[in-house]
Amino acid sequence: MHKLLTDKPGESMFLLGNEAIARGAMEAGVAFTSTYPGTPSSELSLNFFQMSRESDLYFEYSTNEKVSLEVAAAAANSGVRSMCMMKHVGLNVAADVLMTLAYVGVTGGLVILTADDPFMFSSQNEQDNRYYAKFGGLPMMEPSSVEEAKEMVKDAFELSEKLKRPVLFRTTTRINHSTSVVTLGELPARKTKGDFIKDPMRCVTVPAVSRGLHVKLLADLKKAQEMAEASPWNFVEGKGSLGIIANGVSYTYAADAVKDLGASERIKILRMGFANPMPVAMIKDFLKGCEKVLVIEEGEPFMEEAVKAFAQEEGLTLPIAGKDEKLFSRLFEFDPAMVRKNIASFFDIALDAPAPVNAQGVPDLPIRPPTLCAGCSHRSVFYAAKKACEGMDVVFPSDIGCYTLGFLPPLGMGDFVVCMGASSGTACGFSTVTDKKVVAFVGDSTFFHSGLSGLINGVFNNHNYTLVILDNRTTAMTGHQPNPGVDMTELAMENYNTVDIEAIVKAIGVKHVSTIRAFNVKKAIETIQEAVAFEGISVIIVKEKCALYAKNLKQLKGKPFQVNPDKCKNHMECINALGCPAFYVKDGKPGIHAHVCVGCALCAQACPENAIVPARSL
Amino acid sequence: MEPKRLIIVAVGGQGNLLASHVLGEAALMSGVPVRMSEIHGMAQRGGVVESALVFGDAKSTIISDGEADLFVSFEPCEALRALKKCNANTVAITNTRPLPPFTAFIGRGTYPDLETVTETLKNKTGRLIAFDATALAEEAGNPMCLNMVLLGTLIGTGVLPITADSIREAIRTRTKADFVEMNLAAFEKGFARAA
Repeated sequence: MHKLLTDKPGESMFLLGNEAIARGAMEAGVAFTSTYPGTPSSELSLNFFQMSRESDLYFEYSTNEKVSLEVAAAAANSGVRSMCMMKHVGLNVAADVLMTLAYVGVTGGLVILTADDPFMFSSQNEQDNRYYAKFGGLPMMEPSSVEEAKEMVKDAFELSEKLKRPVLFRTTTRINHSTSVVTLGELPARKTKGDFIKDPMRCVTVPAVSRGLHVKLLADLKKAQEMAEASPWNFVEGKGSLGIIANGVSYTYAADAVKDLGASERIKILRMGFANPMPVAMIKDFLKGCEKVLVIEEGEPFMEEAVKAFAQEEGLTLPIAGKDEKLFSRLFEFDPAMVRKNIASFFDIALDAPAPVNAQGVPDLPIRPPTLCAGCSHRSVFYAAKKACEGMDVVFPSDIGCYTLGFLPPLGMGDFVVCMGASSGTACGFSTVTDKKVVAFVGDSTFFHSGLSGLINGVFNNHNYTLVILDNRTTAMTGHQPNPGVDMTELAMENYNTVDIEAIVKAIGVKHVSTIRAFNVKKAIETIQEAVAFEGISVIIVKEKCALYAKNLKQLKGKPFQVNPDKCKNHMECINALGCPAFYVKDGKPGIHAHVCVGCALCAQACPENAIVPARSL
Repeated sequence: MEPKRLIIVAVGGQGNLLASHVLGEAALMSGVPVRMSEIHGMAQRGGVVESALVFGDAKSTIISDGEADLFVSFEPCEALRALKKCNANTVAITNTRPLPPFTAFIGRGTYPDLETVTETLKNKTGRLIAFDATALAEEAGNPMCLNMVLLGTLIGTGVLPITADSIREAIRTRTKADFVEMNLAAFEKGFARAA
């Protein structure tokens, strides 16, 4: 049985933040869940996926975040408790639904989780999604810890049903990917079926209807603000005339710092958990009891600007600070020592912290960037594309996935990456205004997500580029989630269909379409050359299963290769052109770690001396 | 309890996250407050994987530079890279078996010599335990048991209020059944190395 289905209220478990949130939703009786995977939210949906196979919970991997939220919006408008989760940039994709769903509202609880990523551990930007709550007029909750996240998500469902509005649940990486001891609560029965009661004056957003809905939304925001004033998730702790206002993980660093500084009698903390709309009266009361206030929040000055405005309304002139060259940055994530130092300096408290070791005498170290795996099909395609385009001036737009790593040396494939699905769209612009050849790369899941519309645009507007669809039969980067091209029977799952990429591409009207495997390098080079020579849109589908996924499915059959020392003449093509982690160099000679090599044979084809051979043949 | 802070660094695939989870489960069984944070995502792509564990009364789950009471590295060059987490009193443990990144093979940076690594660590921390932990894992039956060897050494230092028995129990309940005996053997070898 899945551990999060353990029906033992009161028992303690050591849970990852994403597991705790999934458990909290189950304790809230969530019945309908949908997502498009994205780190740091991925394990949350993975747990729902797993639990849906053992219970009456509905879960789906949707094609993208917009669809995912639409699916959940309909379920929630049929009275079923629903949850939709995504990474922060995913909410940009879903924003079109979000902004008007805020007007329409819901009849069953709907919690939308946005997992923000300060410092961009695994993201292309560090946008602060608290602004979506303000922008859309949505209630928002923000936990400070793993155990709190589990309890708070339950309350988010209650709040959503009280207000009949979706609730935004905002986490950051350090909530999603921290692990703590969590106490299990009751698991209620789920209401899995609902009914949609037609209500066109609420649900059909033509202008005349929406004008009325916006009035009602603003009125509901007033109600929500009253709830925020009384919410236990907004609280004051400690005492004194010095004040801190903090949210999320920043609160934990501030609370530890106040204790470490021995300042619990001098500094009080207002913790914001029900974070939009803000509890204005509570904040004003807090300000009135302070001589000085420090606002501690990662990302943008979301609270700070509001707090300063509240002070102005009350004619309060106390110093209020937060984002400042000498205090907190809008960049990256905070850490406990940095928060402690800034609290000490702002409130003029003596600081005694251990000094980090000095870096003197530490040699420069070779960097260890993440790299494509041994046996990764992308490596072979990038190597072939490089060979095929040798001597040509080519722009290589790329996309979001493992293959983004191809931009690193030695492969160096990937010139422009902005967001999901952008390869096929940006390729249109590059090919129009430069006279260069354009070869774009997109993964299978990203193609279904939003790469398809760029390709249709290319066909309709008669652009000239080659799109290489790296179909590795799974959504690899985020942990091998299914996508519409995946054969679900391999996962022993029935009642799914498989969408054929080649059929789609042909149906759009692409005239030059080839489907190849990844590891026949000569064939791949020829195919790419032919496609690049074609005037118009050409598509190459490289159908080759992700090596890690194949290994998980016990389908990886390759045997390791090794370098024949008698034939190797140290060209080092294997080392310098491929960057495969199975290789090492010892005493100036290349070698292959047999336990890492999966036998893809790319290196054997790259070696000019044919010195790389199956290990057992020597 | 006064917080004790532990940083574990490793290369993706070396089993850092499993070791951290075993330690966390053992803390839960022993009634020791524990919080952990880890950087996921690149674990299977050969990048650096870092876990932070905070035992005792603290709310934070991450550890700032200079604040690790304990420091464990699964790879010698990664010990140097993460050295800023340590202070002059930190108890440091490192594996001395190198796993050079491919950048070192293609002429982008030079892998440091082992003596520089251990001398630097020794001079800058409170106590250093450095040994070929991979060799002990191999003796226990599988180089993948490296994580259990280093977990043994960590517990052997006695800095954490977690007993060897609670770790043994967590290994029995939280690691794959086929590996339990090997993991326990690896743990004992590492534990003995701390003395």
